[in-house]
Amino acid sequence: MNAMTIAAPVHVGLRGVTRVFETNARTKVEALGPVDLDLRKGEFFAVVGPSGCGKSTLFDIVAGLSPATKGQAIFEGSRLDGRAVPEGVGVVFQEDASFAWLNVADNVAFGIRRAGLGEAEIKRRVDDTLTLMGLRDFAAAYPAQLSGGMRQRVCIARTLVQRPRLILLDEPFGALDQQTRLIMGEELLKLWRETGATVLLITHALDEAAMLADRVGVMSARPGRIIDVVETPWGRDRDSRVVSDPRFGEITARLWMRLRGESMAALSHKAG
Amino acid sequence: MKPATTVRLGLITAIVLALEILTRIGVIARFVAPPPSEMMVGLWRLLLSGRVHLAITQTLSKIAIACSLAIVVGILMGVAIQRFRGLADAMSPFFTAYYAVPVYAFYPMMIAIFGIGEAPQIVIGFMLAVVAVVVNTINALDRIPRVLRKTAAVYGMRPLEAARRIYLPHAGPYLATGVKLAVSYSFIGVIGAEFIMSRIGIGHEIVFAYNNFENEIMYPLILFVLLVAGAVNGLFYAWEKRLLSRRSRS
Amino acid sequence: MTSARNSLLVIVGLLLLWQLAYWAIGDLALRPPLETVVKAGALIASEGFLSHLAETLRAFALALAIAVVVGVALGFSLGMNRLAGEVGEPLLVSFYSLPKITLYPIVLLIFGIGMPSKVAFGAIHGIMPIAIFTLGALRNLPPVLGRTSRALRLTRWQSAWALLFPAARPEIFTGLRLGFSLTLIGTLLGEMFASQRGIGFLLMQAIGLHDTDLIMVLTLLIVSFAITASMALLAIDKQLRHGSS
Repeated sequence: MNAMTIAAPVHVGLRGVTRVFETNARTKVEALGPVDLDLRKGEFFAVVGPSGCGKSTLFDIVAGLSPATKGQAIFEGSRLDGRAVPEGVGVVFQEDASFAWLNVADNVAFGIRRAGLGEAEIKRRVDDTLTLMGLRDFAAAYPAQLSGGMRQRVCIARTLVQRPRLILLDEPFGALDQQTRLIMGEELLKLWRETGATVLLITHALDEAAMLADRVGVMSARPGRIIDVVETPWGRDRDSRVVSDPRFGEITARLWMRLRGESMAALSHKAG
Repeated sequence: MKPATTVRLGLITAIVLALEILTRIGVIARFVAPPPSEMMVGLWRLLLSGRVHLAITQTLSKIAIACSLAIVVGILMGVAIQRFRGLADAMSPFFTAYYAVPVYAFYPMMIAIFGIGEAPQIVIGFMLAVVAVVVNTINALDRIPRVLRKTAAVYGMRPLEAARRIYLPHAGPYLATGVKLAVSYSFIGVIGAEFIMSRIGIGHEIVFAYNNFENEIMYPLILFVLLVAGAVNGLFYAWEKRLLSRRSRS
Repeated sequence: MTSARNSLLVIVGLLLLWQLAYWAIGDLALRPPLETVVKAGALIASEGFLSHLAETLRAFALALAIAVVVGVALGFSLGMNRLAGEVGEPLLVSFYSLPKITLYPIVLLIFGIGMPSKVAFGAIHGIMPIAIFTLGALRNLPPVLGRTSRALRLTRWQSAWALLFPAARPEIFTGLRLGFSLTLIGTLLGEMFASQRGIGFLLMQAIGLHDTDLIMVLTLLIVSFAITASMALLAIDKQLRHGSS
């Protein structure tokens, strides 16, 4: 339980947010909501849910990549209209989005170079970020020479170098093996502590959510709503060793008990 | 040197040597093929004599024009067609069938439109090469993963900037395949057109020598075409390989 | 069937372009679509044409058979051995991209004027793409197939026949589609330069005489044949891929 985050102001607010896709004139698919949710400034929030429940749709709305059909999404007091990603928001996807034609340093510098920062400032910031992400020795390497985990680090570094106040991650470790995931999770916690940013993590891994987040939102089957928010008791300086805490098992179990029925519904929905 | 390269060079040397021996002892008749060494010497003399310089420069510049036109027009057409998924799919069988069309049949039409000069041959080379560029441009653009399109959106890029900063650099190596094919096809088209109807150019010189039984000119010229085309194609092949190898994710 | 409708639309579009080109350029070098179709009917009905057509089809069938057998065999022999593949591929690719038309005097000197020359010319155009695609298909197979065939204790032949060929078939077939087109153009080129019979010969004659009517009709026939075959092959190709993936 963390007194600071509870007292902190709202950073992202969602009020009655829904998303309806029109596949053609007659068929409409309700993909999401209505969702009501507040992310507090500086907190680490994870969202878990059955496959196809609209997690990524929720992610796109918060990122400003697509608009809400109904309701309001607010970031730092201004409305997210789905037309552009606002300044101060950093995004990391599950798929490898590293630029194969640029080396690691140029990949990381991409956004700030485009924003027109001076070369000296770019170099300083890139160096800092590479050090933070443990990529110092690979500055001149090309993505094809790196492992999947290292490439995802490059993508995270490319986002971090722009100093986002809100970091959004959509299954960022989804393509990695379990041990790499745990290590990357620890690194993510370290970044979160050092940058003071708000983090929204979308994941399907219950243990990952239980270990990393201050609060975990549980989504229902499609159209996804937040049906529960579970708080974790870990302090800000936590790491992957919380898995040995008996309460870790309890939290993971509680998440699964909330999700079990929804996952079954999602599966039979697919079959039907 | 890589072992494969060594073996390949050895293989080529062996074939040339075998040809040399077989022609020398008469297993392969002299009128079918003279010994490679004589072809080389003949080519050397021919080049020194200056007799075919004009033909060579003419042919090579026609190829260069046809090829560059095909690359520019082909990329633009490919970008335009790829924007419409259905159109690109519907045209796919026509692209494959295109290579069965004897483009040379349009030669008289080209002459009627472009006159008797060198333009018709350039157009033929262009027509053969442009489709390869179109097909490979569509293929290259199809390979752009969704996550890169999303990344362009994250940076708030307009379509032109996204194309310049993300799509083209990503598609580069696959576009190179189209460029490589454009080079070969413009060679094939221009020289083929010169074979059929032309008063100047390497193709014309070969036909002329053939009709006049001038084997001492014909074989060196054929060798010359094969060497130049082989060298240029090899260069582009290596360039494409290098671009692709930076990408291969193992 | 949207794909059939789309193909039809493309054909209509091509005919429209043709008509527009005719209006733009005029009688000097072009004939309008309708007139060409009518004349094509007349040509097919005319005496002697069918024997030229039969000659071409026979040469093409023979060349294609040779190209497929040799191409697939060459692709397999290079694809099943890593070093052989590395040695052979650049050679295949450079031969594929040479202007093979320059070789026609040599082909003529070896085979003389007539059937063997055009078959040879067709086959040398078709072998390379088929071999290159077969080689690429084998290289792209998942390595687990090789381990599976060892786990099943298959010999090299059994493994090639029972595992590798079926797994690589869709991609090999794509090579066959391209090989089909290139063998056809090779055969026609062979007839243009090295024959006294066949569609290619008629075409070369028409080019020499600037007989625009005949050029248009023959080109239409060749293009229609190539497009029909290409669509049929593409349909089979799609079916193979659905079955395998």
